[in-house]
Amino acid sequence: MSNMLKYEEKALKIVGTRPLRPDGVDKVTGRARFGADYNLPGQLIGKVLRSPHAHARIKSIDTSAALALPGVKAVVTRDDFAEMPDELAAVGELMINFRDVTRNMMAREKALYDGHPVAAVAATTDSVAQAALALIKVEYEVLPHVIDVVEAMQPGAPLLHENQYTQGVKPRPERASNVAKRLEFGRGDVAAGFAAADVIVEREFNTKPVHQGYIEPQACLASYSADGQAELWTSTQGHFVFRAQCAKVLQMEVSKIRVTPTEIGGGFGGKNNIYNEALAIALSRKSNHPVKMVMTREEVFRGTGPTPGANVKVKLGATRDGKITAAEAELNFQAGAFPGSPVNQASMCAFTRYDLENVRVVGNDVTVNRPKVAAYRAPGAPIAVFGVESVIDEMAKKLGLDPIEFRLKNAAREGTQTYYGPKFGAIGYIQTLEAARAHPHYSAPLAPNQGRGVATGFWFNIGNETTCSLNLQEDGSLTLNLGTIDVAGGSRASMAMMVAEELGIAYERVRPTVGDTSTLGFNFLTAGSRSTFASGMACVIASRQVIEKLRQRVAKIREVPLEAVAWKDGQARPVDGGVAQFAPMSLTEVARMAGKTGGTIAGHAEINAQGAGPGFGAHIVDVEVDRQTGSVKILRYTVVQDVGKAIHPAYVEGQMQGGAAQGIGWALNEEYVYGDDGVLQNPGFLDYRIPVASDLPRIDTVIVEVPNPNHPYGVRGCGEVPIIAPMAAIANAIENATGLRLCEQPFSPPRVLKALDQAAAAKG
Amino acid sequence: MARITLSSSLAPYTDGELELRLEVSNVRQLFQALGERYPELQPYLEAGIAVAIDNEIYQDALLQPIARDSEVILIEKIAGG
Amino acid sequence: MSRNHVSTTVNGDRVEFLCETGQTLLEALRDELRLTGTKEGCGTGDCGACSVMVDGRLVCSCLMLAVEAEGKAIETVEGMADGDTLHPLQRKFIEHAALQCGICTPGILIAARALLARNPDPTEAEVRFWLAGNLCRCTGYHKIVDAVLDAAREMRGG
Repeated sequence: MSNMLKYEEKALKIVGTRPLRPDGVDKVTGRARFGADYNLPGQLIGKVLRSPHAHARIKSIDTSAALALPGVKAVVTRDDFAEMPDELAAVGELMINFRDVTRNMMAREKALYDGHPVAAVAATTDSVAQAALALIKVEYEVLPHVIDVVEAMQPGAPLLHENQYTQGVKPRPERASNVAKRLEFGRGDVAAGFAAADVIVEREFNTKPVHQGYIEPQACLASYSADGQAELWTSTQGHFVFRAQCAKVLQMEVSKIRVTPTEIGGGFGGKNNIYNEALAIALSRKSNHPVKMVMTREEVFRGTGPTPGANVKVKLGATRDGKITAAEAELNFQAGAFPGSPVNQASMCAFTRYDLENVRVVGNDVTVNRPKVAAYRAPGAPIAVFGVESVIDEMAKKLGLDPIEFRLKNAAREGTQTYYGPKFGAIGYIQTLEAARAHPHYSAPLAPNQGRGVATGFWFNIGNETTCSLNLQEDGSLTLNLGTIDVAGGSRASMAMMVAEELGIAYERVRPTVGDTSTLGFNFLTAGSRSTFASGMACVIASRQVIEKLRQRVAKIREVPLEAVAWKDGQARPVDGGVAQFAPMSLTEVARMAGKTGGTIAGHAEINAQGAGPGFGAHIVDVEVDRQTGSVKILRYTVVQDVGKAIHPAYVEGQMQGGAAQGIGWALNEEYVYGDDGVLQNPGFLDYRIPVASDLPRIDTVIVEVPNPNHPYGVRGCGEVPIIAPMAAIANAIENATGLRLCEQPFSPPRVLKALDQAAAAKG
Repeated sequence: MARITLSSSLAPYTDGELELRLEVSNVRQLFQALGERYPELQPYLEAGIAVAIDNEIYQDALLQPIARDSEVILIEKIAGG
Repeated sequence: MSRNHVSTTVNGDRVEFLCETGQTLLEALRDELRLTGTKEGCGTGDCGACSVMVDGRLVCSCLMLAVEAEGKAIETVEGMADGDTLHPLQRKFIEHAALQCGICTPGILIAARALLARNPDPTEAEVRFWLAGNLCRCTGYHKIVDAVLDAAREMRGG
């Protein structure tokens, strides 16, 4: 695309430093407003009635008693929402089928998971709303359910969708199946590759669903006006995507919904989709009042999308001298109630860190009676890589090779052909591995019962639709209106830094805000590690446009030819040895005159950012295993990652540390526990155990910078890569500490203890 | 004519044909030609497919030019979390 | 059903509100007094986002009934700064990038201040164990610990 800007190496003044974030004071004083912090006069409280059954036909819903309760102003059920056709729409994430979106929002024919919304009410207070829910009579015909992915794939398993036939299988199967889609990636000849191998390692892994674990439950506030326009405040990773999804399920024109994104208390992919938003708008429409809907923590666990649980098989073949000759994997992913797990992305990144001639990856997307999965930081990758990087390590050991050395021998580099399509451009995998190997952590001594593990991760990173506008105010300060949500605080700061760098002015002169949907054109979600890359690109384009206009304006004011005017260090000055001399003008001087010399000066960008650069990470972890309790303690953790360019290193480090912490929780403790009745048993933070401060050590970070040639500052993005490696790294560390190869996640004390006991029994 | 390669995952929708040559000058024309040739692939093209043109990946870039001797690879779209 | 009248002190100010018997202090602070700085992350006392001080004691406000606030002195994050002078902890959190999304930050600040009031010179382990009741999903706690230790150093005059 002609408006994409390439990387230019240059001396930097602001990019790469650590200024204070612009929203920091609001966040440390409690002034910042998150989803549940918004209120409107006359607002009602909305609550959702959820199915207590994992699988049931909904025979009837009687809301009359609820409607009659004083204080109840509106009730909605499936009858209030249009039937959506079976069509794929490219709105928001990948392909979504609105037939499924509307059903996930509110059940129609069947309740497909414990927690599936069946009805919603709006009432004057929370307690009246809860009382109203209890008065709604739903007649269920309970059906057998299935949750385990392997069980769900068997013929004869309880079927979620009678009309679902496995896509990607030729000829089309005769029987409906829970396997919604099968896909296969391949390259070369794996059979020949395995035949040529001296050593083969084959393992099977099982993982449980885990939740993104954002501390802020979903919250929104909707206000529908009698003229058919709606306002919506919501905690979201993508207000334009939410607007599109609401508009579609409510059959409203997109511009009639104005979505203001609130500050967001964590998303990690879990806030890429609507849950209560369209319900709140519908309730507001029906009741003629604003309606506020805030999920409880229990609802978050029962009703929003976690990751898939999965069954993963990996087989690897290599020669004695350490060359991988064949790699094969089968990934069976739970999609939840509706198709659409990230098994395709997981399949594409399972082996991608390596230069392989013979590869085959088969993926199955399987519907099961649990909430529809939602994205979670590098969706699918941690699960696939848990399997692959565990096997890589086992292979290295069998070959007698250092684990980093083995990876280096097979590492992908610039020009490597991936098995899912293109060749790699400039990437930093080798540099990342070498930095890990050189780190003092890698050679530090270990004590008994301690072990060290290494694993690596890769993510594609993306660009996508992005807009912004940059306005020069009359006192020379600038307002930067962004369309990309700032989830973690570094984004607004980084955008302002890039603008300040371009214009040669102080960072504090640029005020970044995230605008509501009425102020800009469509922006994609903040996901895919895209915001610093894509929004950064847009900000640089807008900045350069402003510079062009400043030059033109100064040329007019000073009455000199345009080619005589240069913009440098925040002012317009004569080009050295140029055609004319003139008195320089600062940004502030031009700004003061702008209104009277033709109008305000502004720049803007509307792009679909292409050229995102893949990121690679290598993690080193030391663990100590308590043989009495099975408890695994993380002693030391180091994250090495190629981010292309760290615009604001403190926030890049924060992404690396936060992603690693999530991966550690995924490895050691987090899992959804279902009863035989298909009901979630641990929908709370007590029994769904995420890492606390005393569980973790310091997480050291090493930022590697191999610039992305497709971004003016070389940015690749960094948010997702760090969650990918921890599970495998920890599994490898446990193996080194105890000799046990753990293939069932999480490696919680009961599981570790069981494995230790089994190993002892086998010996004895 | 541009050389078009489809990701191996798309084989079920093209009866196994993964390589062909087409006279197209941008991504939109490419999708139109492929959709006509492989009707089962049609629903995925605009919604779910990215292209790598001479190893640069483009997602949702229908007007991206394809030169006469370009090498184009169709891959599954990527999102994120 | 009739509501209860509660008189209490919040951040040094005498306030009054009406609440249902079953409402928690957290709900009263947020919904009746419109002090939304204190957050609800779980409603069951597991995440610490609702941390406040009650008569000098660190409490999960989601585990306390609003009516129990009668006659007590409550401190929330809104009272932590002195006018527009931030508390050292608040300043250090921004300087160290010890917050990302910021939802856990009010609770962690209240809890950290309570720690430093009883133990002005904590070790890293003491900081981590004291803050074990405050969940953070974004940061991995590393920069939070750095910020608390740095604030403690400054407050000791170091």
